[in-house]
Amino acid sequence: MAEQKTVATTGNLVVAEAFRQCKPDVVAAYPITPQTTIVEEFAKFVAQGRVHAEYVTVESEHSAMSASIGASAAGARVMTATASQGLALMWEELHIASGMRLPIVMANANRALSAPINIHCDHGDAMGARDAGWVMLFAETAQEAYDNTIISVRVAEDPEVLLPTMTCLDGFITTHSIDRIDLLDDETVTGFVGEYEPVNALLDTDNPVTHGSFAGLGGPYFEFKKSQRNAIDRSKTVIERVGAEFSEISGRPFGLVETAMMDDADVAIVIIGSSAGNARHVARELRAEGMKAGVVKVRCFRPFPAAEVAAAIKGCKAVAVLDRSESFGAEGGPLYLEVRSALYDLETRVPVVNYIYGLGGADVRLELMHQVYNDLSDIASGSALPGKMVYLGAR
Amino acid sequence: MATLKELSHREDRLEGGHRLCAGCGASVAMRQIMLGAGEDPMVVGCATGCLEVSTSIYPYTSWSTPFIHNAFENSAATVSGVEAAFKAMQRAGKIPADKKVKFMAVGGDGGTYDIGLQSLSGAMERGHDMVYVCYDNGAYMNTGIQRSSATPKGAWATTSEVGAAQQGKIQKRKDLTSIIAAHGVPYVAQGSISHWKDLTTKAEKAFAVDGPAFINVLATCPRGWRCAYNKSIEIAKLGVQTGYWPLFEVEDGVWNMSTPSRALIKAGRKPVEEFLKPQGRFKHLFKPENEALLAEIQQDVDDYYEYVKNRCGE
Repeated sequence: MAEQKTVATTGNLVVAEAFRQCKPDVVAAYPITPQTTIVEEFAKFVAQGRVHAEYVTVESEHSAMSASIGASAAGARVMTATASQGLALMWEELHIASGMRLPIVMANANRALSAPINIHCDHGDAMGARDAGWVMLFAETAQEAYDNTIISVRVAEDPEVLLPTMTCLDGFITTHSIDRIDLLDDETVTGFVGEYEPVNALLDTDNPVTHGSFAGLGGPYFEFKKSQRNAIDRSKTVIERVGAEFSEISGRPFGLVETAMMDDADVAIVIIGSSAGNARHVARELRAEGMKAGVVKVRCFRPFPAAEVAAAIKGCKAVAVLDRSESFGAEGGPLYLEVRSALYDLETRVPVVNYIYGLGGADVRLELMHQVYNDLSDIASGSALPGKMVYLGAR
Repeated sequence: MATLKELSHREDRLEGGHRLCAGCGASVAMRQIMLGAGEDPMVVGCATGCLEVSTSIYPYTSWSTPFIHNAFENSAATVSGVEAAFKAMQRAGKIPADKKVKFMAVGGDGGTYDIGLQSLSGAMERGHDMVYVCYDNGAYMNTGIQRSSATPKGAWATTSEVGAAQQGKIQKRKDLTSIIAAHGVPYVAQGSISHWKDLTTKAEKAFAVDGPAFINVLATCPRGWRCAYNKSIEIAKLGVQTGYWPLFEVEDGVWNMSTPSRALIKAGRKPVEEFLKPQGRFKHLFKPENEALLAEIQQDVDDYYEYVKNRCGE
C-alpha cells in the first residue's frame, strides 16, 4: 500500500488533483455549476506551471467535447469535466467520442436538467447519456470521485477497451462538501496510470489515417456498433482488474457493485451515488431493531453489472430501487429498469418497487429511507406494493 | 510565392478518385489552398458536408494526409483540439521539438456561416495556429440545396422557393469574412476558385502566420447553382468580375483589395446579371415582374463592393 496524505477538501478539488496527477496533454472545458471548481482548480495548475497540459478554454460544452475528440484522435491524453446542461449540449459529441473509440476521461458533476432550471443534484444528466457508449462510474464520496477518476484513465486507455469514461459525482453534495480524503502521491498515480500509447494518432503524420469516415450506403456501420458493444462488454473485466490493482495501492475497496449487510438481508435498497450512505445508516439502525436490511450500491453503471446485482439481491423478500432521475413514460427510472431486467433470470421472483427521489436536490432525509424500508418490510410480509412508482417525499 | 513549376511537383493531399461531382468547386479550392500550405505535414479537419462525405467513404479515403471528420458544426473546435494536442505533446517531449505541422479546418457555408459560426468564432478568438477554410457555394448543397445565411438574395433554394408569393431568398447574404476580420486575427482573406494564383498566394500567407487565419472561397456547385459542370470556373470568375465576390485580404488588421478586384475600380465591373444569368437558381429574376428585385440585387452588390473598397482605402 502506498503512503497517502489525508486532506480535508471537496470532491471537485480532488478530481482536479487526480487530473493533474494523471498528466493529461489536453483539458478542454467550459464552466458550469457545480462542475466549475474542477476546471478553475486545473486553471491554477496551468498558471502555476505544474502541468504540461494545453488548457483549451472553449466557448461551449459542445466545443469542449469537440476539441477533446480532436485532441484524443491526435494522440493526446484528454480530460474534461461538465454537468447538466453542459452534458446535454455535448450529447451529439458523446456518441462520436465513443463511436470513434477515443479514451477521453470526463468528470460529470451530477445536476438536474432544466426546465425548470435548477442547479442541484440529481442523476438526470448522466442518465440521459447512458446509451452514449461511455463507461460510467458513480462516486458516493469525494474519495470515490478521486479514486474513480484515476481508475477510469486506465480503463479508457486499455487496448481492450478504448472507450471514453464518465466519472460522476453528486453536485454540491460531493462536489462542494468538505470531506476527509486520502490522496496518493504524484509518482504513485503517474506510475499507476502509465503513459498513454495512442493508436492511429493524427499526429503520427508519417502514417496518415482518416478518422470519422462515412460508413453508410450499405457500409459497415452496423458492424462498427457491434465492435463497440463488444468493447464495452470487455470493459467490465478491465474495470474489475484495474479496480483491484488500485485497491492494492490505495487500501480502499473497489467493486462494480458494493454491498452492505446483504449476506442475510430480507429487504434491500439498490442505489447510486451519495445517498447510499443515508441508506446504509438507516439499514444499520433498523438492523438494531431486528429488520434484516441491506444496501446494494451500484458504482459502475455502464457496463451494467447485472449478474452482480442479481447475485446480491437474490435471497431478498423485497427490494426497492431508488432512482435519482426519471425516464418519463417508462416503467420506472433508469436504475429500476436495469435492476428489474437483471432479476428476470432468477428462479425466485423478487418483488421490486421503484422510488424516484431527490430530483433537483430535493432533500434525502433519513426518514425517507425509513419509509422505504418500512414499505419493503410490509411487502416482505405479504402487503401489496405501494404503487408501481413512488415519488419519495414529494410534497 | 512558389513558382508554378514548384507547385506542379507538390503532392496532392486530396487525391483523385473521390466522389465529388464533376465541376465541384470544393475540390478545386482544396487543391489550390493545400498547394499553398508548403511541404510541412498537415492535419485536416472537415465539417460534415459534401467534401467530407465524398472523400472518406469507409474503407477508402482520398486524403493522403491525416484527416478527421467529427460533426457538422465543430470543424474549428475539433482542429483546436488537434492543435492543442500538438503543442502540449511537443512541450512534454512526446513530439520532436523541431517538428512542424500545419492545421487546416474546413467547412462549407452551412457548416461555417450558420451552424459552425460559434465554434469558428471561439477558435479564432483563442488564437489556435490553424487555417480555417470555408468553401462557400451559397447553400446547404449536401442535404439538397437549402438556403443558408450565405445564399444570395433572390436565389432559389429548396427552403427559399419561388412562387407567386416569394421570389427565392428574401434576405441578403451575411458578410462572414468581415465578421472574422473583426476578430482581429492575423490573416483573413476572400478568394475564388477562378483565381488560382491569388488563392494559392493567400493560402501561403495564411499558413505562414503564427495564429489563426481564415479564407473564404467562392466555390461553384453546379448542382445547386443549376449550371453546367464545365462552367464552374467561368461563373466563379464572373462572381469576381461583377464585384459580387470582391477579392481582398486583411493582414494584421490592414485591408487590401486583391489585384483582380482592384483592377475593376478603373476597368469597371460587369453587371451582376452576367453572374446570375448562367445559373438556373436565378432564372426567375429575369422575368419582367422581377425587374425591381434585380435592381435591388445590383444595388446590394454595388454597396458591398464599395464597402470593401472603402475598408481597403481605395
